[in-house]
Amino acid sequence: MKPIILQGHERSLTQIVFNAEGDLLFSASKDNVVNVWFTSNGERLGTFGDHKGSVWTVACDSQTKYLVTGAADNTMRLWDVRSGKCLYVWEFLTAVKRVAWSEDDEMLLSITEQRSGQPSVIRIFKINREDPANQSSTPLREIILTGSKATVALWAPLSDHIITGHESGKVAKYDTKTGEEVMVVEESHRGEITDIQLSPDGTYFITSSKDKTARLFDSETLQEMKVYPTETPLNSACIAPLRPYVILGGGQDAMSVTTTSSRAGKFESRFWHKLFEEEVGRVRGHFGPINTLAVHPQGKAYASGAEDGFVRVHWFDDSYFRSRPYGDLEPEVEL
Amino acid sequence: MSQPNGYDEFDEEEQIDLQAELDEGFAEIEQKYAVDAQAGVENVLVVDNLPIVDESKRQRLVERLRQVFEKAGAGIDEDRLSMPWDNEKGTNKGFVFLTYPDAQQAENALRVLDGTQFGKAHTLYVNRFGDIEKYANMPVGEGELPTGWREKSYVEKDHLRSWLGDAVGRDQYLTFRDQDVNVFWNGRNGNAEPVRGPDGKPIKNSKWGELYLQWSPLGTYLASLHRVGVALWSGPKLDGPIGVNVLRFTHPGVRLIQFSPQENYLITWSEEPLENYEDHPTAALRETFGPDDEGNQFVVWDLKAQRVLRTFPADKPVMGEDGPRPMSWPVFKWSPDDAYVAKVNVGQSIAVYELPGMGLLDKKSVKIEGVQDFEWCPMSDKDWEARKAGKGKENMIVYWTPEAQNQPAKVNLMGLPSRDVLRSKNLFNVTDAKFYWQNQGDYLCVKVDRHARKAKTKKATFCNLEIFRIREKNLPVEVIEHKDYVPQFAWEPHGNRFAIVSTNDPNYGQGVPGVVIKYNVDFYQPDPKKGDFTLIKHFEGKLANTLVWSPKGRHILFATIGSSTKYDIEFYDLDFTIDDNPNRREVEPGANVQLLGTGEHYGITDIAWDPSGRYVVSSASSWRQTPEPGFTIWDFKGQQLAHSSLDKFKQFLWRPRPPTLLSKDAQRKVRKELKEHSRVFDEEDAAEENRGSAEKLAQRQREIAEWNAWRARNLARLAEARKARGKEIVKVANTEPADEKVEEWIEELIDETEEVVVA
Repeated sequence: MKPIILQGHERSLTQIVFNAEGDLLFSASKDNVVNVWFTSNGERLGTFGDHKGSVWTVACDSQTKYLVTGAADNTMRLWDVRSGKCLYVWEFLTAVKRVAWSEDDEMLLSITEQRSGQPSVIRIFKINREDPANQSSTPLREIILTGSKATVALWAPLSDHIITGHESGKVAKYDTKTGEEVMVVEESHRGEITDIQLSPDGTYFITSSKDKTARLFDSETLQEMKVYPTETPLNSACIAPLRPYVILGGGQDAMSVTTTSSRAGKFESRFWHKLFEEEVGRVRGHFGPINTLAVHPQGKAYASGAEDGFVRVHWFDDSYFRSRPYGDLEPEVEL
Repeated sequence: MSQPNGYDEFDEEEQIDLQAELDEGFAEIEQKYAVDAQAGVENVLVVDNLPIVDESKRQRLVERLRQVFEKAGAGIDEDRLSMPWDNEKGTNKGFVFLTYPDAQQAENALRVLDGTQFGKAHTLYVNRFGDIEKYANMPVGEGELPTGWREKSYVEKDHLRSWLGDAVGRDQYLTFRDQDVNVFWNGRNGNAEPVRGPDGKPIKNSKWGELYLQWSPLGTYLASLHRVGVALWSGPKLDGPIGVNVLRFTHPGVRLIQFSPQENYLITWSEEPLENYEDHPTAALRETFGPDDEGNQFVVWDLKAQRVLRTFPADKPVMGEDGPRPMSWPVFKWSPDDAYVAKVNVGQSIAVYELPGMGLLDKKSVKIEGVQDFEWCPMSDKDWEARKAGKGKENMIVYWTPEAQNQPAKVNLMGLPSRDVLRSKNLFNVTDAKFYWQNQGDYLCVKVDRHARKAKTKKATFCNLEIFRIREKNLPVEVIEHKDYVPQFAWEPHGNRFAIVSTNDPNYGQGVPGVVIKYNVDFYQPDPKKGDFTLIKHFEGKLANTLVWSPKGRHILFATIGSSTKYDIEFYDLDFTIDDNPNRREVEPGANVQLLGTGEHYGITDIAWDPSGRYVVSSASSWRQTPEPGFTIWDFKGQQLAHSSLDKFKQFLWRPRPPTLLSKDAQRKVRKELKEHSRVFDEEDAAEENRGSAEKLAQRQREIAEWNAWRARNLARLAEARKARGKEIVKVANTEPADEKVEEWIEELIDETEEVVVA
C-alpha cells in the first residue's frame, strides 16, 4: 500500500474530504487555501484561495458542484468546484469551525466559534442552487448554544436533525425545524470531541475525542454501540465502507511533538475492527499528529492529513479486501 | 411504737429512696475497704515449672536456682527463698516463693527472670504472688464464662494459600492502571483470565488503587498502601468480612513497607513523624500509638496480631561526599528466619533486635568502628531442614569498613547471636563495596569498587570480585580482578554461575544525552578441575545494562532499560543442547550458552520473571515517564505472547510463591517421570487452546448476529421513512461503472536541435 503524498500545503491540515465519487480530494489547511487533488495520481487540480485566515473546515456537496468552506477570517464561502470561483461570502463575528451539507444538498450548517463574549452558534442556511451567487445572508435557523460549545456536527439522515459533538464531551441532537435540543448524552466522552463522521448509510456515526477513545453511536437513539480505546489523543475517526473497520488517527499534542521521535508521538493511522473492538493494524508515515482522516466513499482508499503539512492517500491493496483476520466471521458488507 | 431513728416516720416511697441511698453508700465503702490482692505482697514472686526433686537434691536445686537468679541480675538470699514441700510424696511441689526486700526489686526480677531457661527441659515462669491470688479468686468456675463475656460465633477463615490450589498450577498477576487494580490468572500462551471469587465475579476492590500495591514475599498477602495506613488482603477473595481476611495497620502518611521474609512482621515508614494522638478523634490512632511513639517514623508490627512491637525515629541523614545520602530502603534488614532485624548506624555499629520482643540482642548493639553496610546470609533449603531438626547453624552477617588511619578496609563475616567473627579479609583502595549473596547462601560475592592507588579523587575506575565460599571450611576467598567498572552482578539462583555487566565507556555515568553506552557481559562458573571461578563466555559491545536470571536458574535475560533509544531484550539459555547429552557441558564450559531470541519493548521500565520461570513480563510504567505505558508477556524463549498498551498503566506484579512443599525425593521423582507428566500437560494445553478459541468464537458470532440484527432494524426503519417522504436514494456505487481508466498524457522533450538553413 504505497501512499500518494500530496505536498502542496505550507502549514498543517485541518480537514480533508473526498467527493461522492471519490475521484477528488479537498484539503483545507492553516495556510489559508483549500486544494483539490486527483486522488488517482495525486495531481493537483486547483486551489480555492480567497480566505484571509486558516481554513478550518471544508465540505463538498453530493454532486461535486458546490464547495463550502469556513475559516478563521470569520467568513464562510461558497465556491463553484468546476471554475474555482467564489460565489458567495457569509460574514460572522467569529471563526467558522465546521460546515456540512445536508443530504439533499439544499441546506448548509455552520458552527461558529465561541469567543470574546460571542456564544457558539449553529446556523442553518437554505441554499439557492439555481442562482448560487444570490444567497440569503440570514440563516433559516439559529441555535445559540449555552453551556459547552459545539466543536463538530453533521446532518442526521433525512436532515430532520443535526448531531453535534461538544468540547465537554457531550453528544447532542437538535431539531432543524425548531432548533431545540431533542436528545443529549452528557458524558459520551471524557474530553473534547474532535471529529464526527457518518456511516455509509447514516444509521450510525463515529466520534473521536481527546480522551483517547473513539466511539460508535446509533444516529437514531444516540446509544453508544462500540468503544475503541487507544493510548493517544485522537483527532479524527472514520468508518470504512466494504470492510468492517474503523480508522482512527491522532497523536500526542502538536505542542510537545518537536522533542520526540515520530514513533513516540504515535502518529499512525489505526485500523480497528468495528465489531470486535480490536486493533487490526496500523499505517505509519506521518511525522506529526494526524489531524483529519477521510475514507473513499466506495471504500477503495483512505487519506490522512497531518500537522506535518502532508496528505497521504492510500489506495487499499487487494490483500486488504481479501484478508480475513477473523476467519469466516464477517458481518454483512456495507456500502 | 417509736423507733429511735424515726424510720417509720417516712412513707414507703421515701423508705425506698433511703434504702437505695444506703445501698449505694455500702457499695462505696466496700470498694474502699476491699482487700487488695496485691497489697502487702508486692515484693513476693512465684517461680513455677521447676523440676521435681527429692530430698537428696533439695539443697542442690536451691543452690542452682540462686545461681541462675544471680546471673540474671536478680540475686536473692537463701532465707528469702521458700520452697513448699510435699511431705507425702517426699518431693517439692514444683514452685518457689521469692520475697524481695521491696516491690521495685521484685518488679525487676519479674522482668529478667520470666522465661529463663533452667536446664534443658525447664523454662521458668515467674508471676506476682498477687496475680496468682487474683486470678485464682476470679468469680468464675471451671468451664464457665466470665460475666460480660459474649461468645462470638466461630467464623471459618478462608485458606490463605488457596491460590496455590489452582488445578492447572497457574500463577497470578496483578495490573494497576489509572485507579483500577485487576488480578488475573496467567494462562498458557498469554491468555489472561480474571481471578474470580467464590461468587463467580472477578475480584475487584476500588480501594486498592490509592497509592501502590505490593505482594508479601511468600505471596500470602496483598498490601495496599493508603494515606492512613496499610491494609493486607488475603484469602481466595483477597477480601472478606472485616476482621477475617483484612489486616489493617494504621500509620498516617505511610510510604514504604517491608515484610519480614517469613511474613511474621511488617515494617512501615512514613515521611511524617507520628504525632501525639492522645486526644485524637480516631480511636485506632489513640489506641495504637502511645506518647513515647511521638516523632518516630518507623513502626515494626507483629503482622498477625496487628500490634505495634516498637517504633523508631528516623536516622539523621548520613553525609556523603556530595551532601546527605538518600535513605536506602530497606533500612532494617531481616535475618532469613525472622529471628532478628538489624539496622546499621553508619560509622558506628549495627543494632540487632531480637524478635518478637524487639529488644537489643544482649542489650547492646554490635560496635564496629566505621561500618558502612551489612547483609544477612540467606538460608538454603538444607539449612531450613537442619533448623527444624534443631541443629542448624546460627545466622551470619557480612559487613565492611572503609580504610582509616593506616588501617585497611575490611570485609568481615560475623555469626549472630554469638558475635564471633568467622572470616576477615583486608582490602585496599576501596571506594565502595556491595554484597551479593547467592540465594542459597552458598557463595558471597563482595563487589569492591576500587580507585587507582594515587588517584586524586576516589572515583571508582575498576573492580575486584571477592568470592567467599560459605560452605567450605575456613571460608576460602577467591579474588577476580576486573579492569573495568562493573555496574551489575547477578548470581544464578540455586546455581554456582554468575554474570556481570562491565563497561569501560568513558561516557558511563555522565548522563550524556543521545550517547548509547556499550557494555560487556561475562559469565563465570567454577572450573570443574581446578575449582576456581573461570570465565566461560564473553559478550562484547552489548547494549544491555540489566541482567535478570530466571528464578529457576539456567535462563537469563539481557535488557536495556532506561535508555531513550534502545529497548532490546535478549533471551539466553546457558545449557542449550540439541541432544540430551549432559556431558557436553563438562567438555567445554560456555559452549552451550545460546541466544534463544530477541525482543523489543518500546519504552520498557521494568522486567520480571514469573515464579515458575516460564514467563517473563516487561512493563512500562507511567510512574517512570515512559512514552508508551503497558506490558508485554513473553515466554522464556523470547516469544511474545501478549501485549497490552494501556494508558496510565502503573504496575505489574507477579504473585510470589512460597517454597515448594515437595521433598527432595519427590522432586527427583517428578524430574525422572517428566516425559510422562509433560504428555498430560501437552494434552491439557491443546484442550485449553481449543476451549479459549471456542469461547472467543462464540462471542464474536454473537456480536456479529447482534450487529446484523440491529442494522437490519435500523435500515428498514430508515428506508421506510425515506419512502414516506419520497426521498429514496439511488446509490452512487450501483450506477458507477467498474473501474474507470485514467489516461495520463506525458510529453517529454527528447531532443532539440537548431539548424540554420542556408538558402
